[in-house]
Amino acid sequence: MHNVLLQYATVLILTAFVGTEIIAKVPSILHTPLMSGSNAIHGVILVGSMLILGGATSNIQEVLGFLAVILATLNVVGGFVVTDRMLEMFKPRAPKAKETPSDEVAQ
Amino acid sequence: MSRDTLIDLIYLFSATTFIVALKGLGSPKHARRGNMVAAFGMLVAVVATFFKYVDGHSLHHVWLILLAMFIGVIIAVPTARFVKMTAMPQLVAIFNGVGGGAAALVSITEFIHIKSSHPATYVILEVLLGVLIGTVSFAGSAIAFAKLQELMTGRPVTYPGQQLINGVVGLAAVVLIVTILVTASTSLLWILLALAFVLGVIFVLPIGGADVPVLISLLNAFTGLAVAASGFTLGSNLLIVAGTLVGASGILLTRLMSKAMGRSLSNVLFSAFGSVVTASGATTRDDGRSVRSGTAEDAAILLGFSSRVVIIPGYGLAVAQGQHVLRELADLLESKGIEVFYAIHPVAGRMPGHMNVLLAEANVPYEQLLEMDEANSELATADVALVVGANDTVNPAALDDPSSPIYGMPIIKADLAENVLFLKRSMRPGFAGIENDLLYNPKTTLVFGDAKDTLTKMVAAVKAN
Repeated sequence: MHNVLLQYATVLILTAFVGTEIIAKVPSILHTPLMSGSNAIHGVILVGSMLILGGATSNIQEVLGFLAVILATLNVVGGFVVTDRMLEMFKPRAPKAKETPSDEVAQ
Repeated sequence: MSRDTLIDLIYLFSATTFIVALKGLGSPKHARRGNMVAAFGMLVAVVATFFKYVDGHSLHHVWLILLAMFIGVIIAVPTARFVKMTAMPQLVAIFNGVGGGAAALVSITEFIHIKSSHPATYVILEVLLGVLIGTVSFAGSAIAFAKLQELMTGRPVTYPGQQLINGVVGLAAVVLIVTILVTASTSLLWILLALAFVLGVIFVLPIGGADVPVLISLLNAFTGLAVAASGFTLGSNLLIVAGTLVGASGILLTRLMSKAMGRSLSNVLFSAFGSVVTASGATTRDDGRSVRSGTAEDAAILLGFSSRVVIIPGYGLAVAQGQHVLRELADLLESKGIEVFYAIHPVAGRMPGHMNVLLAEANVPYEQLLEMDEANSELATADVALVVGANDTVNPAALDDPSSPIYGMPIIKADLAENVLFLKRSMRPGFAGIENDLLYNPKTTLVFGDAKDTLTKMVAAVKAN
């Protein structure tokens, strides 16, 4: 049983290093999207919430699980949508004469 | 391949997309695609979870799960789509808070679920940490939200014996955790929940509005760690990876932010910074030096004769909703062959990098946004530094006055420029509540008024010349 714990701890520590390495390279111009993007990622607690509600065996577990799924969905959906909206706004210098450079308008 | 292995493989894929997304944030070019990749990874993980077996049976309450998700989506999408960019920090705070709340609920429910099977002590410890950290994050985010949304004062809330009370509550939580580890009592768990809630509230109360960028990234880290703790309890590598990534990112950002303010993290969290206002707000100082003020037209003429202009925006610009007019002014100057840059202080705004987002929303191309160090070398050769709605982040006291509360904070050195134009609503001090010597500098011209009005007048004046 304790081997499982060790395995999880290994994942935790390695991820901590990977995370720190990647995030140190994010320029400060993108720190707000980084915050809201990582915010969306911890919304993965939705998976945990689903398992909790899906395995609920009493009323109290059902109520708490139901609440957890709502909160986690808010977190994950809101997080990704907001981040996308923000990142959409970051544009390089537009070529002169064109007022709004649109992404995928093919002529 | 068994069902469980397949689902675990899908989870592995999802965890990888999260790392790819964070990597994508290394440049504005790839960031958006990265975020979409992570969203896809998340979707796949959620769909796969519907097929997972719990305790040897397929998921119960599938319709209840779908209903809860539906409710979440209905609330989240419009909120996320239509909220103003200036309100972004409180939105991130609240989304972060609900994530922490969900993590705490997952841990509590799991505790109730597994209690009868006499789980090992370390399992209970994971649960309790999940409850504690998740709830602190939830309550703390709620207070941060209230402060940012101006439902309550943005100044630090202090009362006598604050540190002592916070310390006692924190200690009580630790004692309670140990007791629950020994007794595995559910009723004590509810007390821990309440105590964690109180702890979250009183922890955030003494932190002032301008320090909230640090606070939000710290709370983000807390939620990440709470999710990782739930991952331990539920035996999910996906949750551990995602939670730890966020935890690492939050802690790193927290450190970067406090460094950008030249203060230690504990100073930011515990000193109730900004609760004392020492600035007189007078236009003449005791030593007889007074400020020089000019009109928007004077400012426009000065800008018209320059060849390099560095704009230093602060949160006041966003409050006045002047970003778009500012960009118009910058475009106008550029069309006259004047070089224009924006110098962005890392803590300008109410969350890390907030000012960049606000300017990007006003269609400022990201090549024009300079980080502090870059900006300071540009300022040395600039004709005009145009300060709009910033104050503490250009205060030279941070460099040369050891008695100043902001001493040691890296600043944007506006006074390196030939001339300084300071657009200000009034002589009111910035968040730190201290005098700004730059206002009395002979290089400086103050233009009083609402930033948006002044900028509009300046645009008209530049056009007319």
